[in-house]
Amino acid sequence: MTRIGTPFAIVAAISAAIAAPYLIYPEFLMQALCFALFASAFNLLFGYAGLLSFGHAAFFGAGAYTAAYLMTAVSESPLMALGAGMMTAGLLGAVIGGLAVRRSGVYLAMITLSLAEIVYFVALHASFTGGEDGLQGVPRGRLLGIVDLDDARAMYFFTLAVYAAGTATLYRIVHSPYGAILGAIKANEQRALSLGYHVSRYKMLAFILSAVLSGLAGALKALSLHFASLGDVYWHTSGDVILMTLLGGVGTLAGPSVGAFIVVALSDVLAQFGEWVNFILGGVFVLCVLLFRRGIVGEILARLPAAAAPAAKWRRWQSVEARER
Amino acid sequence: MIAALPSQALIGLINGAFYALLSLGMAIIFGMLNVINFAQGAFYMIGAFLAWMLLHYFGVSYWTALLAAPLAVAALGIFVERLLLSRVYRLDHIYGWLVTYGLALMAESVFRFFYGVSGKPYSPPADLRGGIDLGLMFLPTYRGWVVLVSAVLCLAVWLAIERSRLGAHLRAAVENPVLVQAFGINVPRLLTLTYALGVGLAAFAGVLAAPIYQVTPLMGSQIIVVVFAVVVIGGLGSILGTVVTGFSLGLIQGVTKAFYPQAADLVIFVVMAAVLLALPAGLFGRR
Repeated sequence: MTRIGTPFAIVAAISAAIAAPYLIYPEFLMQALCFALFASAFNLLFGYAGLLSFGHAAFFGAGAYTAAYLMTAVSESPLMALGAGMMTAGLLGAVIGGLAVRRSGVYLAMITLSLAEIVYFVALHASFTGGEDGLQGVPRGRLLGIVDLDDARAMYFFTLAVYAAGTATLYRIVHSPYGAILGAIKANEQRALSLGYHVSRYKMLAFILSAVLSGLAGALKALSLHFASLGDVYWHTSGDVILMTLLGGVGTLAGPSVGAFIVVALSDVLAQFGEWVNFILGGVFVLCVLLFRRGIVGEILARLPAAAAPAAKWRRWQSVEARER
Repeated sequence: MIAALPSQALIGLINGAFYALLSLGMAIIFGMLNVINFAQGAFYMIGAFLAWMLLHYFGVSYWTALLAAPLAVAALGIFVERLLLSRVYRLDHIYGWLVTYGLALMAESVFRFFYGVSGKPYSPPADLRGGIDLGLMFLPTYRGWVVLVSAVLCLAVWLAIERSRLGAHLRAAVENPVLVQAFGINVPRLLTLTYALGVGLAAFAGVLAAPIYQVTPLMGSQIIVVVFAVVVIGGLGSILGTVVTGFSLGLIQGVTKAFYPQAADLVIFVVMAAVLLALPAGLFGRR
């Protein structure tokens, strides 16, 4: 985008975000924002570090269950619940990531899927998770004891603020020297290794950061939608977040959020067709992979003449990838 | 507890037979096509459903279904491979995984729409009802048959790949597809056949499973995660290794069930984590 275009786009996005709860059902917006944050966190790992985790629902669900449990059983402090959700997910990210980075590619995907399945079984059988029912009726509490979050719009703006903080953090990570090293590892792991970078440590840190922010998204979801359930940890959710990222644009900052809004809206609209939701989502998945691997935002960036620089970067990256094969 | 051990071990072995057939198919597909076939579970489910549908709508017997369902699924596999998978070979492996994941979602949703999630009963064929008293335990004939026929089939596939001319072409094409093509062997057709064989094995396992479990659209997504763990533990390097891993993990799961039922669902994943710590490439993996 041009120098004038970027601030304009940001101002437009902010005004739309402020006007949205007065025009659209706030619960839908909150759900979409939570998944947008989740997909953005997943994209750090997939889009920027090149690691496909098929177990991200474990982190999202761990965040959701931790927050829901604290809010119902311990104390109604939303910030503490979010913090605890991040911590649980981060610890889990260290364990799962530590095992998963021992392999790469499709093996990494299979390992994360299997380890996430352990988390699913814990959620199913442990005493504090409510089994098949999950934890229902989670209160939202009062922010810092002052703002009552039971008001839908107050909760929406809180969700928006957390989402903005989360994506700003991701932006900082991606544009830091650490982010550059991740990019190097993605482009050519052997070369990064030979330059002296401890590749598996960098990958593991990416895992933990991505898990922490996924946990934040999960905790936020438990607060805004009042529940944490087995669906949050089930591997279909891991698949959904991949679809969101792919559809919006892998490796672009805005892409996962765009994809999340589309998938959440699509699921909402298609809910009346019952079982066909997954058929359509599966079809979108196949089409995305076959015809549309850049995703919506990636495609727009590649076509904007003013965006020649990122497009060229993308082409360079692609040619590197082509050579690898 | 000890009394339950032999029969739980047998149930474990039966599960192991299904793991072995599915991961065997996955291993040969990955070896040739470089695609991790997430839809392997969906094809297993379709195989079971085809057997049920053949009996329910047309009165076709189990024995015919055991042949017809894998062939039908193999034909479906040819279609999928030609139409979709052949377009992702040159891309990163994860794209093949994602395409087949999308297909699995679609297949499950179609069957859920028409048949719901409740299980459909399918009784074993008359010739295999009843059982034999082994003294230690009662062996239902059908279960013995499942273990036997799966082991024989796995062995046959292994022999076909290791000993036959077509198998030699396959192995050569894995090593160097360009050179093999230069010798005048039709490599794309080999790829298609491999995929058809791999998913046909899954469908065969599905038909075998139909009389043991209830036939439901969910049976594919229930088994696929375990199959992935089996594949990680075995490593995709050796066909026989994959088969042995499948059977032994089923057995381990069964034995765990006899002693501590709650852990039975988890034990395979715990074994996977332990193997990864000790041998990152898997038991039979080449890195």
